[in-house]
Amino acid sequence: MNNGTASIAAGDRQPSAIAETVKSGLRRRHASEVRLKIYGLMAIGFALVALFILLLSVISKGYSAFQQTHINLEVYFDAEKIDPGGTRKIEDLRRGDYEGVARTAIRSAFPDAKGRRDRRALGKMLSTGAADNLRRMVLSNPKIIGTRRHVWLLASDELDMLNKGYAKRNPDGSATKVSGKQVTWFDALAKKGAVERQFNWRFLTGGDSREPEQAGIWGAVVGSGLTMIVTLLLAFPVGVMAAIYLEEFAPKNRWTDLIEVNINNLAAVPSIVFGLLGLAVFLGFFGLPRSAPLIGGMVLALMTLPTLIIAARAALKAVPPSIREAAYGLGASRVQVVMHHVLPLSMPGILTGTIIGMAQALGETAPLLMVGMVAFIVDVPSGITDAATVLPVQVYIWADSPERAFEEKTAAAIMVLLAFLILMNAIAIILRKKFERRW
Amino acid sequence: MNTSITLLVVAVLTVIGFYMGRRQALGVADGLPARLHSLPSYYGYFVAIWCGLPTLALLAAWLILQPIIVDGLVIGSLPAAQQNLAPDRLGLLLNDIRNIAKGEAASETTAVVVAAAKRYNELTSLGNWMLAACALALAAAGLVMARNRVAPGLRARNLVERVLMGVLILASLLAILTTIGIVASLLLESIRFFDKIPFWEFLFGTKWSPQTALRADQVGQSGSFGAIPIFAGTALITLIAMAVAVPVGLFSAIYLSEYAKPSVRSTIKPIMEILAGIPTVVYGFFAALTVAPVIRDAGEAIGLSVASESALAAGVVMGVMIIPFVSSLSDDVISAVPQSLREGAYGLGATKAETVRNIIVPAALPGIVGAVLLAVSRAIGETMIVVMAAGLAANLTANPFEAVTTVTVQIVTLLVGDQEFDSAKTLAAFALGLVLFVFTLCLNVIALRIVRKYRERYE
Repeated sequence: MNNGTASIAAGDRQPSAIAETVKSGLRRRHASEVRLKIYGLMAIGFALVALFILLLSVISKGYSAFQQTHINLEVYFDAEKIDPGGTRKIEDLRRGDYEGVARTAIRSAFPDAKGRRDRRALGKMLSTGAADNLRRMVLSNPKIIGTRRHVWLLASDELDMLNKGYAKRNPDGSATKVSGKQVTWFDALAKKGAVERQFNWRFLTGGDSREPEQAGIWGAVVGSGLTMIVTLLLAFPVGVMAAIYLEEFAPKNRWTDLIEVNINNLAAVPSIVFGLLGLAVFLGFFGLPRSAPLIGGMVLALMTLPTLIIAARAALKAVPPSIREAAYGLGASRVQVVMHHVLPLSMPGILTGTIIGMAQALGETAPLLMVGMVAFIVDVPSGITDAATVLPVQVYIWADSPERAFEEKTAAAIMVLLAFLILMNAIAIILRKKFERRW
Repeated sequence: MNTSITLLVVAVLTVIGFYMGRRQALGVADGLPARLHSLPSYYGYFVAIWCGLPTLALLAAWLILQPIIVDGLVIGSLPAAQQNLAPDRLGLLLNDIRNIAKGEAASETTAVVVAAAKRYNELTSLGNWMLAACALALAAAGLVMARNRVAPGLRARNLVERVLMGVLILASLLAILTTIGIVASLLLESIRFFDKIPFWEFLFGTKWSPQTALRADQVGQSGSFGAIPIFAGTALITLIAMAVAVPVGLFSAIYLSEYAKPSVRSTIKPIMEILAGIPTVVYGFFAALTVAPVIRDAGEAIGLSVASESALAAGVVMGVMIIPFVSSLSDDVISAVPQSLREGAYGLGATKAETVRNIIVPAALPGIVGAVLLAVSRAIGETMIVVMAAGLAANLTANPFEAVTTVTVQIVTLLVGDQEFDSAKTLAAFALGLVLFVFTLCLNVIALRIVRKYRERYE
């Protein structure tokens, strides 16, 4: 710019002199042009690289959780331990000492281990979930009592970490959280081909557990589903009705201005404040149950309501006036114009906004911590008043756990959460592409 | 009778009401809809509303009042010894009674409690039966009365539309109610907190250690609820986040709106928006388990002592989260700068970079400032990243390699888990929530005003 003013001031100079002045600055000006471009590219590159590293770190940490280490052992289904009374009744079979059966199985694989300490160390190599597996086998087929079979049993999380290479092997033969002898035994089993990583169905179908190798996300998925249903049932009708009123019927006065400003501000209130509201009003004042999807859904509904209203208003606004005028011309009332013509035409837009709002609510954690959805819950919830947790809170709980094995579970739970979010956003995009109309 | 069955019956009656009303309307018009004031279905809606709406109101009121009345009656039937218990003991007893009534385990199962539980069940089922009877009677009465009012001259459409309008207005008032609820709950709890801890001590005290305040011998608790270290920690992490998000967001917005080809723009923009769609708990995981160890190791490699929960890790990751927020908002304001300004600059021989620096950025500055303020309010209110990656101890420091704590972290740690509702510790969380709410609200109001003013300038 300075060059420009300089050349104007020197208007009486020779044209070649002006060109000279301009030219002398050109290199610098072009350099600054390139610099700005590079800054922009660097900024975009930084954002994309950050996104890439984020996803990469989640996937590289989490993919291994979908497989779990199992040990193949010859199990003797000892009638003495399973059914000492010999009744073969279901309730007696349920109470059998399956942990003893599993322990005996791994001890008999290593008859050299004699001392009490060694025998206990051997028993620790199996997960407590191994006993559940044996119990299920017996209950589904009581005839196997008294026979010997080869069964794949769930290994403990420490061995799983060793098998997946996360536990560091020390020079003295031991490894992180695994003693030297256990490592030897484990290597012996692995050499025999008795160690295998199998697909971890339990992770996808089970509830939470204190034992990482048995922990599953199904409870959290169901909790999330129930919470989302409550949120949707509350937020969608109220949001659409509020949007219709504000966009189509509200007179322009200070009252409606106030509502409008209010909604815009609510959309920007930190989510944790909604959690405080839920804690003080729903739990404190109305005495509703803690940890329930009902309360979580109510809090999330209040939180997504402003987003939903704003999206629905935009969709209503996009319907051209000609539609309204045509309906008026045929004698429709104001309510009929909106309900019969404007609302159906704006529905795809409203639904898209709703799905995006729901996706936001699905990933929300902080307000749910406030209303107690952070409890340790093993059972899969069966209703909206049962204690439950949700996927993002499950991620938070696991991320806080000290066991190394929970790290991969956390990352895997994030993968499941992201899969749901991608699915919802994909539906929203498809909906928009399919029903988008240019008026 | 079960409440849900009552509800179902009322719903069925309402549907029947709709068909009856429509038929009645056609009946009184001798099968000629043109004689009616409104379309026949409006008479149906009219009857259905009279049948369903009052009954629903009754149901709601009854379900709120019934437990209170039943509790009162059950307590009244207890022996005098139990009636004279302190209110909190009485509450526990009542809980036991309810649990036994539901068939769940309870801590106290004396004969008195079991008898009371039986009485509780009797009263509850009596109440439910009475509710069912009243609700059905009301629904039937509404149905018959409304049906008899159906006449060709009845302005059914106007009546139905008026009710509908009422419902719409109620729905839009919910947003106001939410705000009132937030303000009221935060204020009430905070006032109780400031009864125990002086207001100025909370705002300007420099020592924060809420845990010690639980001890009974610390009645004064002077100094342990000073929130300055928390505010300073919040400011430090927000500052770091902004140092990442503002330059990256702004430069990428400039590049995308001024330099990028439309095809590049339409691919890059959605990819950057993905950053905004990732749940914050995922960023928290990323910050705590990936970024923080890297920063700690890097710091140790050059001889710095870095806390494993350093402010830097939380701040940088929070900055990454906010990038799309800054970039899309500034993209909007930059695109809103009229093309004529750009062309004027080009006409004078300015390069693109000069146009951006001397024309576009100054013109868009108010909008950009608004966007940054909105991003700041976002960063201050962000919870999960700092809960997972920042520290718990309230250090008053400006060193980004040390662990600091934030307002949201303290709210979460004070409230997660079981506590009594009126200890100073839990109430402190509401006071912090109030500060958070007021501060972010002010930022938002200012930012929205700036953005709106700016938009008006070029429209």
